[in-house]
Amino acid sequence: MTLDMARRGQKVKIVSLPDEYTRAQAIRFGISEGTVVTCREAVPSGPIVIVKNRQEIAIGRNLARRIAVEPVAAGERKCAARGLKGS
Amino acid sequence: MDCRDFGKKAGAGKDTKYIVLAGNPNVGKTAIFNGLTGAYGDVSNFPGTTVDTCYGRIGRDIIIDTPGAYGISSFTGEEKLVRDLVLSADVVINVVDAARLERDLFLTLHLIDLGIPVVVALNMADETARYGLKIDICLLEDVLGVPVVPTVAVDKRGLGGLAERLPEARRGVRDPALARRLAEMARELGTSEAMALLLLEGDATTAGVLDLPPGTERMPLYRKRRERVNEIVRLVSGGSESTGGFLDNLGHIMIRPLTGFPIMVLAMALVYLLVGVFFAQVVVDFTEGWLMEGFYEPLVRSALAAYVDLDSPAGEILAGRFGLLTMAVTYVLGLLTPLVVGFFLVLSVLEDCGYLPRVAILTDRLLAVIGLNGLSVIPLVLGFGCITAAVITTRLLPSDRERRIAVFLLSLAVPCSAQLALVTAIMARQGSAYFLLYGLIILTVMTAAGVALSRILPGEPAPLLMDLPPLRLPRLDNVLVKTRMRSWHFLKEAFPLFVGGALFLSLLKVTGALDSIQSCLEPVTVGWLNLPRESAAAFIMGFIRREFGPAGMINFPMTEGQTFVLMLTLTLFVPCIASVMVIFKERGWKEGVLIWISVLVLAFLVGGLAARLLGALSGIGGSAAPLLMTGVVALALAGVLAVSNLGKRI
Repeated sequence: MTLDMARRGQKVKIVSLPDEYTRAQAIRFGISEGTVVTCREAVPSGPIVIVKNRQEIAIGRNLARRIAVEPVAAGERKCAARGLKGS
Repeated sequence: MDCRDFGKKAGAGKDTKYIVLAGNPNVGKTAIFNGLTGAYGDVSNFPGTTVDTCYGRIGRDIIIDTPGAYGISSFTGEEKLVRDLVLSADVVINVVDAARLERDLFLTLHLIDLGIPVVVALNMADETARYGLKIDICLLEDVLGVPVVPTVAVDKRGLGGLAERLPEARRGVRDPALARRLAEMARELGTSEAMALLLLEGDATTAGVLDLPPGTERMPLYRKRRERVNEIVRLVSGGSESTGGFLDNLGHIMIRPLTGFPIMVLAMALVYLLVGVFFAQVVVDFTEGWLMEGFYEPLVRSALAAYVDLDSPAGEILAGRFGLLTMAVTYVLGLLTPLVVGFFLVLSVLEDCGYLPRVAILTDRLLAVIGLNGLSVIPLVLGFGCITAAVITTRLLPSDRERRIAVFLLSLAVPCSAQLALVTAIMARQGSAYFLLYGLIILTVMTAAGVALSRILPGEPAPLLMDLPPLRLPRLDNVLVKTRMRSWHFLKEAFPLFVGGALFLSLLKVTGALDSIQSCLEPVTVGWLNLPRESAAAFIMGFIRREFGPAGMINFPMTEGQTFVLMLTLTLFVPCIASVMVIFKERGWKEGVLIWISVLVLAFLVGGLAARLLGALSGIGGSAAPLLMTGVVALALAGVLAVSNLGKRI
């Protein structure tokens, strides 16, 4: 799935980020492939707001459509949250 | 480096050090800057850029404030500026938000990797308590290898300690392998280690300067840096994590559409009341109308009359309608000063509390239609108060493309409060059909212009990728200091522009060119717009101030259709002299002239088309013509929106 499909409160793991600028900026904010984030808010046909620790980041919907994520099951949550890189 | 050029102006000596403040946005760099320089003297605006970069003195040394950046590279114009300033620095004070180490230490490590001497100011050290955080500062200092000084800049706490430890600034702890590699590269290429690192990270500007292909190791290097940051954060911070309570919850409901939109409308209304009504009308009526025009100008005229004949060319230039001693002074002190102060006051509060990014989230989708992203909502709304002030706000926007679109739309289709008041008063007599039509046409023109510009201008709409700052209560002292400094810098630069403009207009009038312009306009006014020839006066007045145009015609006998066409054309007409000068200042004279001419042409084009369409429909539908025309315009708007959607799909 892609980030724009995330629902409010859902935890997702970032699978891929589209372009060089987004990847560079996201990693500065503390987010890269493998990071688990929570969807704080999804404005209908507007931006998605994700949160990691206390860091909130707003992502325009067009950009969110190009960010691949996978839902995180409750059991996986803890170890993924520490940033262990899976697949 | 270019930025060193201003060293002469600041009075740099041989052993003067350049100290650059760098940090993520919204971490209190400017508060630290003010705290450090305040005790030592002057602070000036950095000339030649549109970004607020200030320099001041601290002892013998020069200290430079920079816009916020999350890392050192050249992705955006602001980043490039920060990159240049940091590379030319002898010492960097890296301001870090203590409650956001995970984000902020990335820049810290980037600076350390560049091999620049650093001192870290661990700012907002008091805010960690809000989240129940504890930071082991001694350990952080050991791990980073540079001095770390806790500060609460807004309270001026810790700044003495920061200044004391500046001489201890040093290169921090780097990954030994990276350090060796950079030293080697620097030797081979004959450049600095900082440039070597930026080249490895594929920084386009650096590659251009060194005339080498950009490196491809950005992501591996960034990833490694990120891992080190996370490790350091784990090592030095402890304490229980908790949410920030009321302010954090308020922050959440501000971005939830159901609660967020009503809160936004309320906030906008408050801003409009303060800037658009209180400052632009109540205060300006007092300062411009009562103080300057009531007392100051008559005083100047009567004093001058003793020495100069006021009807002579010299008298006209000094104290005529566009007089250097009358109009120029009245505009700057009576009109511009209260507007600028009011505007900067609101902007400082909005900036300090962190609400603006939340509005941007809610409006992002709507504004995408006209090629803007969410942040542009602020200048557009402020424009209904005063275009002059709103044009300055476009500095908030992330890319030049968006600034350009916003300034153009403000010049064309947003009526300022004074003009809106007069137009409303005149149109109210015409009945609601014409008023509805007027509003719809303005909206259509704005949308069409935005859609067209976003397709013509090169580049993509900047996608929203925005770090959301926490909500904070703005501090009065900080807001007042910011307002005072910004207003002062602005006025210092605007005053010469006004004097020049006033001189030019006086010369037009003295030489009789103003009369010629009036007769030149007749083919347009009578021939194209179907208006009485006297309306030329309204347009000439409209060049000076937007509400002068409508005001001049308030009691002139015209048909309903003519009044409507005149009001429409005057609304779309060029912005007032004050705005034009600010547009020149913000956008440069070339773009300013281009905007001005385009707006002028579009205003007459739309006005003439409306006159013709109304005439044709009157032939068919008689008194129902305005209603019929509303339908036509609504169809046109729908067409514009369809075209914009189509463009997106292709």
